[in-house]
Amino acid sequence: MELPGIAFYLVAFLTMGGIYAILCLALNMQWGFGGLFNAGIAGFYAVGAYTGAILTSARSTAHLGGFDLPIVVGLICAGLASGIVGWAIARICVRLKADYLAMASIGIAEIIRLAIINEEWLTNGSLGISRIPRPLEAFYSGRAAEVVFVVFVWLVVLVTFLVARRLQQSPWGRVMRAIRDNEEAAASIGKDVQRFRTETFVVGSIFMGVAGALSAHYFKFFSPDATEPLLITFLAWVMLIAGGSGNNIGAIAGALAIWAIWSLTEVVTQQLPPDWATRSSYIRMLLIGLLLQFVLQRFRSGLFPEKSPKLRIGREN
Amino acid sequence: MIDFINFYLIPGITLGSIYALGAVGVSMIFGILRFAHFAHGDLMTVGAYAALTAVWVLGIPALAAIPVAIVVTCLVALVADKLFYKPLRDLPTIYTVIASFGVALILRSIVQTVWGTDSQVYMTGFQKPMIFLDTFRVATRHIQIIVATAVLTVALHYFLNHTRLGKSMRAVADDPDLAAVAGLDTERVIRWTWIIGAALAAIAGVFVGLDTDVHTNLGWNLLLPMFAAALLGGIGKPLGAIVGGLIIGIAEEACTYPFFGDSLIAPSYKSAVAFVIMVLILIFRPQGLFRGRLM
Repeated sequence: MELPGIAFYLVAFLTMGGIYAILCLALNMQWGFGGLFNAGIAGFYAVGAYTGAILTSARSTAHLGGFDLPIVVGLICAGLASGIVGWAIARICVRLKADYLAMASIGIAEIIRLAIINEEWLTNGSLGISRIPRPLEAFYSGRAAEVVFVVFVWLVVLVTFLVARRLQQSPWGRVMRAIRDNEEAAASIGKDVQRFRTETFVVGSIFMGVAGALSAHYFKFFSPDATEPLLITFLAWVMLIAGGSGNNIGAIAGALAIWAIWSLTEVVTQQLPPDWATRSSYIRMLLIGLLLQFVLQRFRSGLFPEKSPKLRIGREN
Repeated sequence: MIDFINFYLIPGITLGSIYALGAVGVSMIFGILRFAHFAHGDLMTVGAYAALTAVWVLGIPALAAIPVAIVVTCLVALVADKLFYKPLRDLPTIYTVIASFGVALILRSIVQTVWGTDSQVYMTGFQKPMIFLDTFRVATRHIQIIVATAVLTVALHYFLNHTRLGKSMRAVADDPDLAAVAGLDTERVIRWTWIIGAALAAIAGVFVGLDTDVHTNLGWNLLLPMFAAALLGGIGKPLGAIVGGLIIGIAEEACTYPFFGDSLIAPSYKSAVAFVIMVLILIFRPQGLFRGRLM
């Protein structure tokens, strides 16, 4: 491959890597800060993707909208819509053991999938939504547009990272860690455990929605088949645990590292004999499943283990 | 009314029987090992494909292939426990939930690699339904599934209430510390929990194949109704899970019956029924109908 080809591949890699980094930072808010298990990441991602797509795409008779709104408005509304779904499910489940939230999150992802396929007036069903714009499309085209988009994605990664870091270092973040590590102790000093858990789940859901909307802009087209829901949910989990749950830098590093491994397995499985080639995507899934088990057992603290921010007691006055 | 029984109630009980057999395992594993087993549906898939291979290789009917499915699925469950769940047993159980999520993916991709992704059937051809009293038309496979589930339920009831092992299982589910202090062999109880849960999952998997077809998403798609059934019956109450499974199966079918000229919900939203029931039970009665453990 010549140099421009490699550079082009790198841009594509960094774009999807950036979207996964946002997803991973969002999952870190739910799992790393709050110890809440979400098995329905793809559901929140889809809510965001469709909200963004409907609000920003050009007018169409096939589905609701498109409203042709600015992309930033679409991203914000995508986050809000996804956050509302997260709030509803968290309200019901946070008072119970984390396993219950895990079971309900599978259900919410399933309902969202059903609604997307069946409510054709809203989403155009299995045909999907097309003509989804990218930022500054009018001014750049071809490879320049790809570069503009990757910069845009990483700006959103930066915003997500700053929000996550601020949350983690704030008193709110300290309470979250206290609840995660010892719920009874936190409750005994008067912290409202359920309220804090709901908040962290909602904030995480918001950024999952934003990641979904970004991917809709990237693909310029979104349908129920555009993504493999389990793959998204799964990769995000492997990324976060490999990178270091509880550590925001770790979440980004894990996203890039696992996305690199995932992309490389494609190269490896292409070398297989032809009769295995059709099965290569299943073998890749198998490898990622085994990688999760390995990371869980041997490498649980990840590339960047969690470090509690230093307390600055007494320096304020 | 006859239409309701023939085309909604009987299929509903059949579907409910399948959920019930799967939910027993979910409920027992949650009760005894304290985690939501996300790979349970994929154990069913493994069972269905093991039976399919036996049907192909030995040329036997699907029902006769059930022992093969049970043996394979039990082995898979025990190996998964040893390799992936046991090393995490001292950590908070949520880590085991994540591991089981990974095992679900591993099992499914192995099935996809070995058997491919086309749907298969145990046998082709149309089966004539049995007709009772000139009005009730019941498919043979529905009778087989319902009767087999009833027999298994009675056997499970006997096992849990009248055998030493069954009583130890209930003891561990009720209070693991007390059971350990009383000298029960927890590892043995765990082993048998896997064997019984996996065996019932294998049977349920074969039943799904018998009722519809065998495909690689078969088990994963049933995970939500099985979780809902286990919660409805009360965690750690296997017989409650059977009742829960039947209620959800019947509710899913009945909701599409045109009671008031129009079906209550569109048939394409049938699988939403399980989720609605799950949400209601989590809000109003998280311990389930039969006072299961609340964790």
